[in-house]
Amino acid sequence: MLLGPALGVSAILFSLGVAGVLLRRNVIIIFMCIELMLNAANLAFVAFAQQLGPEGQVIVFFVMAVAAAEAAVGLAIILAIFRHRQTVDLGDINLLRG
Amino acid sequence: MPVAIDLSAPGGVALALLPEILLTVWACVLLLLAAWQHRDPDAHRRIGGLALVGLVAALVVMVWFWKSGTRPAGLPLMIALDTFRYAGAIVFLIGAILTVLLSLRYLGRERIAVPEYYALLLFAVIGMLLMGGAADLIVLFLGLETMSLAVYVLAGIKRRSGTSAEAALKYFLLGAFASGFLLYGIALIYGATGTTNLTVIAFQLSDGGLQDSALLSIGVALLLVGFGFKVAAVPFHMWVPDVYDGAPTPISGFMAAAVKAAGFAALIRIMVTALGESTAVWQGAVWWLAVITMLIGNLIALAQRRLKRMLAYSSIGHAGYLLVAVTSGTPAGASAFLFYALVYTLMTIGAFGLLAALGRDGESEVLIDDLSGLAAGRPWISFAMAVFMLSLLGFPGTAGFIGKWYILSAAIGTGQWLLAVILVLGSVVSAGYYLPVIMNMYMREPVERRPDLSASVDLVGAARGVVATAVVLLILLGVWPNRVLDLAVDGSRDLRAPALVTGTSP
Repeated sequence: MLLGPALGVSAILFSLGVAGVLLRRNVIIIFMCIELMLNAANLAFVAFAQQLGPEGQVIVFFVMAVAAAEAAVGLAIILAIFRHRQTVDLGDINLLRG
Repeated sequence: MPVAIDLSAPGGVALALLPEILLTVWACVLLLLAAWQHRDPDAHRRIGGLALVGLVAALVVMVWFWKSGTRPAGLPLMIALDTFRYAGAIVFLIGAILTVLLSLRYLGRERIAVPEYYALLLFAVIGMLLMGGAADLIVLFLGLETMSLAVYVLAGIKRRSGTSAEAALKYFLLGAFASGFLLYGIALIYGATGTTNLTVIAFQLSDGGLQDSALLSIGVALLLVGFGFKVAAVPFHMWVPDVYDGAPTPISGFMAAAVKAAGFAALIRIMVTALGESTAVWQGAVWWLAVITMLIGNLIALAQRRLKRMLAYSSIGHAGYLLVAVTSGTPAGASAFLFYALVYTLMTIGAFGLLAALGRDGESEVLIDDLSGLAAGRPWISFAMAVFMLSLLGFPGTAGFIGKWYILSAAIGTGQWLLAVILVLGSVVSAGYYLPVIMNMYMREPVERRPDLSASVDLVGAARGVVATAVVLLILLGVWPNRVLDLAVDGSRDLRAPALVTGTSP
């Protein structure tokens, strides 16, 4: 039921997330786009779980926990960089150059 | 006496996860102690010592598992009980023990004496153990995230330094981006095969009906992109030099050695156990990754003048060599990986340990030219550095040579002649940046330097022991590798799903 459309939406969400990470310069927005990628994967898991049994739905809970932990660490790191540079724009964060 | 653990009973699972549970409890205890003694300036040394106790205990359990031939009674559902897990875990634990020993003095000197450092290190190791021992893609993902989250914080542990915070930010953004790819890849593989268990995936693929499934191909491709970021393969390597440069030096060594080895262990487990019979899906892509990683990593390293960035780029080149071992997709490739991972851990952590002794304030300012004439003032330090550089180069007589030799023979064993030639070519190029370090130390007069390196070398106590042990082991393994090679071969014995080889149902 609705496997095709659900996968389509999930693919669109994932692509939006990837495009956002690559194109935007604001760290917070990049971080939100990464969360969008994880949620696209969640949607795919739930869509497949309709046919393949509850395992896919269980995985979604693990991923949500991981995303929450990642948000905690990520926001702390963004806060640390803001204290040093007074900015969250990647263009201005350039002490290390390769 | 072989021990069979029944993984369907809770007690069996607890026994199978004994090292991980032990380390988790220990890390929580250390975290509590760290909170309790936060005002004590010497607390971090005490907690570092306790962290060593936990790591050694986990090492003992892993060795006991391996010695007693512990195996599952039935199919491994979530966690593997095979020699590859034990061998990989021993490499990660050795890397972590060396890192703790290097950090004991370093943290005080660089005024980052935060006792939580060691608890985070233990959490990272737990993630690695789960990655190397995963029998299911979801356990693998959870292990990867446990490791990554701890290492993001470790990269930025020097809170007063802007570069350290920037390293943490870059590592976090690209690491989380890579996790997104990895997870989406897992979702698509789950959709294509209906399972996340590695052995069952291999079973589903064995009838050949799924070989040209688009879902599976896209899933594996996304998985490779995710792992490409984690193990620093070109073209997903942009973060490596910046992050290794900005992180505290023992952590840079830990990231270059243990974190990378854990990524490769997980990759090899997926490629050999789950996709070992369907190489058409992934072998071409990994072949190209290996080639461009070896060439570009080594070529950019040539242009580096600062030692820390040179080591960072050289670690990209070494990721390329390890990708050659992955490309073979056979247990022979996996044992070559295990041996090389051990050797690479010793030489990388040793080299970063020496760098930590030579410099101050993050060590990113030590130029290769600064080393000129070091041998006159500090002959032993120079000798140790020379051994690390020659071993990284793969010079005969050092362990690095034997490691590369076995990667080459694994590649040739599967007919990958061109790849073997490119590996040798990459090693020749790498001589262009490893040898100048030695030439500077031994063949050039000391120049007037701002910081006089030979007078300010700070290598005492445990860090001196780490460097000395690494040097001795690298030479010993270079001339007498047989015992460890046998262990590495034993370490990949049960990697191929056994039920499929014998044709019996799982």
